[in-house]
Amino acid sequence: MHFSSALDRPKGKSYFLLWRTVFAVGLVLVLWGMYAASTSVDYIWRWNRVPQYFWYTEVKDIRASLEGEVRAVERSGATATVIIEGPGGEEERYDVPAATLRVRKGDFISPGDSLATESHSRPGLLLEGLWITLKVSALAIVGGIVLGLFTGLARISVNPALRWSAVTYIEIIRGSPLLVQIFLWYFVVGTLVNKILTKWGFNPIDPLWYGVVALAIFTGAYVAEIVRAGIQSVHRGQMEAARSLGLTYAQAMRRVILPQAMRRILPPLAGQFISLIKDSSLLGVISIRELTKASREVVSSSLQPFEIWIVCAVLYLVLTFTLSLFVQHLERKAI
Amino acid sequence: MPIISVRNISKTFYLPHPVHAVREVSLDIEPGETVVVIGPSGSGKSTFLRCLNRLEYADSGSIIVDGVDILDPDCDINAIRAEVGMVFQSFNLFPHMTVLENLNLAQQVVRKRSRTEAEKRSMELLHKVGIADKHAVRPDQLSGGQQQRVAIARALAMDPKIMLFDEPTSALDPEMVGEVLDVMKQLAREGMTMVVVTHEMGFAREVADRVLFMDHGVVLEEGTPEHFFTNPQHERTQEFLSQIL
Repeated sequence: MHFSSALDRPKGKSYFLLWRTVFAVGLVLVLWGMYAASTSVDYIWRWNRVPQYFWYTEVKDIRASLEGEVRAVERSGATATVIIEGPGGEEERYDVPAATLRVRKGDFISPGDSLATESHSRPGLLLEGLWITLKVSALAIVGGIVLGLFTGLARISVNPALRWSAVTYIEIIRGSPLLVQIFLWYFVVGTLVNKILTKWGFNPIDPLWYGVVALAIFTGAYVAEIVRAGIQSVHRGQMEAARSLGLTYAQAMRRVILPQAMRRILPPLAGQFISLIKDSSLLGVISIRELTKASREVVSSSLQPFEIWIVCAVLYLVLTFTLSLFVQHLERKAI
Repeated sequence: MPIISVRNISKTFYLPHPVHAVREVSLDIEPGETVVVIGPSGSGKSTFLRCLNRLEYADSGSIIVDGVDILDPDCDINAIRAEVGMVFQSFNLFPHMTVLENLNLAQQVVRKRSRTEAEKRSMELLHKVGIADKHAVRPDQLSGGQQQRVAIARALAMDPKIMLFDEPTSALDPEMVGEVLDVMKQLAREGMTMVVVTHEMGFAREVADRVLFMDHGVVLEEGTPEHFFTNPQHERTQEFLSQIL
């Protein structure tokens, strides 16, 4: 949304044409500058090496393990069965993909000869990292919403125990660095909890969950303030009207206040969750292989830092932009 | 026996600076009576009205509504509020719901009526206030007068014994005042117990059984409209009427 210029001198068509052109020219200049810089620098760009870190295909030879002669090749659909008969009459069968078959009936085979090739494909490191980032962020967002909603409600409660607990939680979490909180959750709380669990014969909890807890609790504090502001922005008369009809505080909150607050809460909430996705890059320090840590590992094995870090940034953008679009969609739907 | 019995209630607001909004006010209202409260702005008449369903908690005195002492912290205030409808100056319709949903909400949540029952009662009332055709729209699509009529219907949907009106026409464009007052007049004729805070002297004169004049938190004058408008006793009342009429 942009503010109408009705308050100022009316702007004509040429005004918009001029400044749109300025923007386009600026964009082209920046892109050209980046391209020029990237070619002049002493760096060999190998974008073709990037896709393998998304989807990795491994080609493996299927080798014979005995000496002999191919007695028969039986084809059935996409697979073929190669039957090899050794000098002593012993027989071995190999099921191989028919398309990559390299031997025919009557061929003489030495041990180690390749009969056919088999390919396995699996997600590469970057895709796995992206998935972990997505999973951790989604879990932390859900946790953050629940925690933030209840803390926000406690924050405006008349009950001092609830209100002061909420204030204490919010101030402590907002006042200390997330990195330190992650260390505390993993190295202090995590060590204690896992020690106790092992002592009682349970399996220790995966670091991922300490990461999720750290992020959810961090986000919850900010969400609480957003929820509080949203609730307080709903006109006082709404609560009075609902209560004067006989609704309880909780009923009025759920049916009347929160639905209206939601619309005002959504934009800042989107910003908070975009921050959260980016903050999840810190979880690499507790050995969670999310996108940033995965990228670092790929860089150290591929020695292609420029491409990989650019791809990494673009992947984060894809996540955050999708979230942004989703929230805009919700905003249009609300009220 | 009065349905509302107020004895010596006072209410002071301390922020931002102390204001004695209501001082030692007493009043009995009989079932079916229409009481109109008038007075200059800041006279405490709205605060007094809001004390009657405990939107403001009176500091002292006693308020018995329908046999229940509402200043008793243990009373079931939600049950009492369900019997006491309230109409606000700024309508306070729920903007995220349609007109029909506005009327249904409390019927279903508080009165535990089924959706069908609630909708039946809602539509009856929307017919009564003359906006049944607008039942599916959101309040912001309605004019001020229509919104206030919906607000009245919403309060009536609870089938209350008492209706409180807090300056119901003050926020309306002049040409819409009439349609809201007509609905209120009809209610009064049907025998609803009503307490109305208003600046509409014509309404007071025509409909009220009793008129109260408040200033500085005190009831200065109380009587029939005839007495009040033709023969006011208090100097302050005379001054107020001379300014306003």
